[in-house]
Amino acid sequence: MIAEYGLLALIMALVSAAALTVIPMWGAWRGSIAAMHSARPLALSLFVFCAISFAMLCVSFLNDDFSLVVVASNSNSMLPSFYKFSAVWGNHEGSMLLWTLVLASWTLAVAIFSSDLPVKLMARVLAVMGSISIGFISFSIFTSNPFARHLPNAPLDGQDLNPLLQDIGLIIHPPLLYMGYVGFSVAFAFAIAALLGGRLDAAWARWSRPWTNVAWGFLTLGIMLGSWWAYYELGWGGWWFWDPVENASFMPWLAGTALVHSLAVTEKRGVFKSWTVLLAIATFSLSLLGTFLVRSGVLTSVHAFASDPDRGLFILVFLLVVVGGSLVLFALRAPAVDSDIRYGWLSRETLLLFNNVIFLVATITVLFGTLFPLLMDALGQGKYSVGPPYFNAVFVPLMAVLVPVMGIGPFTRWKSDDPKRWNKILIQGAVACTLAAAILPWLGGDFNLWVSLSLLLAFWIGAGLIGDLRLKAEGRSTLWSVVTRQTPSYWGMVLAHLGFAMCIISVVVVTQWNVERDLRMAPGDVAELAGYRFEFHGSSGVQGPNYVADEGVVTVYRRDKRVAELRPQKRQYKASGQVMTEAAIDAGLWRDLYVAMGESIGSDGAWAMRLHYKPMVRWMWIGATLIGFGAFVTVFDRRYRKVKVSAPQEALAHA
Amino acid sequence: MRRLLLFVPLGLFAALAWFLFKGLSLDPKELPSALIGKQVPAFRATILDSQQPVDQSVFEGEPRLLNVWGTWCPTCVAEHPYLMRLAGQGVRIVGLNYKDTDSKAIAWLGRLGDPYEVVIRDPEGMIGLDLGVYGAPETYVIDAEGVVRYRHVGEVNDRTWNGALGEAYRALLP
Repeated sequence: MIAEYGLLALIMALVSAAALTVIPMWGAWRGSIAAMHSARPLALSLFVFCAISFAMLCVSFLNDDFSLVVVASNSNSMLPSFYKFSAVWGNHEGSMLLWTLVLASWTLAVAIFSSDLPVKLMARVLAVMGSISIGFISFSIFTSNPFARHLPNAPLDGQDLNPLLQDIGLIIHPPLLYMGYVGFSVAFAFAIAALLGGRLDAAWARWSRPWTNVAWGFLTLGIMLGSWWAYYELGWGGWWFWDPVENASFMPWLAGTALVHSLAVTEKRGVFKSWTVLLAIATFSLSLLGTFLVRSGVLTSVHAFASDPDRGLFILVFLLVVVGGSLVLFALRAPAVDSDIRYGWLSRETLLLFNNVIFLVATITVLFGTLFPLLMDALGQGKYSVGPPYFNAVFVPLMAVLVPVMGIGPFTRWKSDDPKRWNKILIQGAVACTLAAAILPWLGGDFNLWVSLSLLLAFWIGAGLIGDLRLKAEGRSTLWSVVTRQTPSYWGMVLAHLGFAMCIISVVVVTQWNVERDLRMAPGDVAELAGYRFEFHGSSGVQGPNYVADEGVVTVYRRDKRVAELRPQKRQYKASGQVMTEAAIDAGLWRDLYVAMGESIGSDGAWAMRLHYKPMVRWMWIGATLIGFGAFVTVFDRRYRKVKVSAPQEALAHA
Repeated sequence: MRRLLLFVPLGLFAALAWFLFKGLSLDPKELPSALIGKQVPAFRATILDSQQPVDQSVFEGEPRLLNVWGTWCPTCVAEHPYLMRLAGQGVRIVGLNYKDTDSKAIAWLGRLGDPYEVVIRDPEGMIGLDLGVYGAPETYVIDAEGVVRYRHVGEVNDRTWNGALGEAYRALLP
């Protein structure tokens, strides 16, 4: 019965979403205050029913109800219970249910924190979010019902969760990623509501900004976790593959990065309005497109869900309605002529515009590379695949031109600036950066030009932030008084930019100085790698909760000092018979040592071993985490908590 | 005039949507094979288990499936029960044990059941190379004259068997 309650709750959620879409929208159109005020309770109802439905699916998984198709295909009685829980979203149907729950949570959050909004805007925003819920809940019910049963012959045990997904990283990666993807629906809803109301102004940007920042922060953390998981779980030590599914999450991130910056300009200066609205629509559309690509099977990918053309068609129609509809609205309602607010060639507006152009080009590049195989196939030009060389060739130069501007952005004034104001500080910074970039690479052994350049770029970002504080300190007694005066959104920016600098260093250092060897190791064999000595002591069988494994023991020495003992495993999962490589990693701030077992060779207990030395690889994830937290910090800005609406506007909104 | 500019995103999206729609009816996993319409490449090998010699004449007389598999391939495990079902329905399946070791393969068939009429050994992957195997599992539909009619990359299951793969096979039946 549990599953039937779950389905019933999902249907009730669909009804709530439909009511949430229709009633407040009608109210906003006809000026019915009561109808508009129904938005909040309806949002609550939507959330409650989604939560019940999700909870019922969780209970079914935890109780091993193998009469449910999803449970039977993705769980097993031997599976540890926390993986039973994460198995809920380790499959297409369950993850769609999680998606609807996350969307309902964002809708509820907007309902709770919208008390300062004009009621008409609140009603429209929630109605737009409700309409997106209609799409996703009906997708779930009609094409991917998670509560479908195997009747009358229910299997006695399940086929088990894909071992790749039996991991802590995969417990939290999808929820965070969805928080990001779906979170952009708020920015989208604000954009649509503003277009409908014809009021596209600084207030609109101020309201949607914190929501956008939070969603972008979640997406950043979600992508970071995905990359980290791929690194330690897939057993080949890579951290980004330019796989279509990765690109599906990366495109909204790139567009979202442009949006986060362009919202700043619209809020502070009231320019780029149409552009910002378009970016808000584009960012969420790319989230939807990502969903389409992952779940329709139009692209091959290492982590595509079981794909199904019917599902693809449903999402495509949904995509047409949502994106097509909003672009029509945009074309008809967006202000065609930007306000005549002027800004000079050297001004923060210009620099942020430059940021937007770069990120837009990056987005289109990734979009093109991802869809290229599909385009060629659709045009009958044959089968193609687009790999890392294409993406790297475009991405590296883009980032290289972005960073110089990123360095001076923080201290350049709005409207127009005079370089004379900061010439001296800039030159001092540049000299310091160049010296550091020339000297520091020697610490890693040989001088490497690419590493040196990456350090130059990264330090340049840091120098810009320090230069900004120095400029702010001019005419004040202490630096501390400047530091304490800055707002949370300023510190958020600082964190995010520093995190980005860390990512640049890490990506280049690990690419340039990574050392790896594939070799045969018999017990007692020794291998040297980047100054470390790896000693293999043989392997023995170990028993896990739902797998058996061969566990190798490798001790690592550096200059005869014991550094680490690593125990990589080769696991065979009982239920599915799948074999998994469990890499052993000695993690450190400056380097990771990574050992993975390949195949067993011969009868003397020898294994094919893969040894990696990965310098500074952690910086990438630490940097990305800083970026994510930076985005969260900005929300604590005082100006977002007290939204002042001037009296006449308020009256107008209630009219 | 400026208003027209605002329609540009809509136009771009329409073009994109058209491609996505076309994409739905294409299968990215469907790799064309140069062998379609040609004889199975000649080979000389031995049969797993009995070690008897075998060559391309094994495909003569009846339409058959040629299934490329290995014990190292997770999807092969997944499709195995379906192959058992097909074999039970009288579909003749020839196995190509691709880049595998005999002992593992024999143990595997002992444990999961043997749907194959005959399993050809290809430990070095040389026959696979001639066939243009991209990755296991792959399943070829071969007619009674030993001509390759269809190639399927990936799992054999209800959906693919009811789709192009099964149709190609059923078309050969009298």
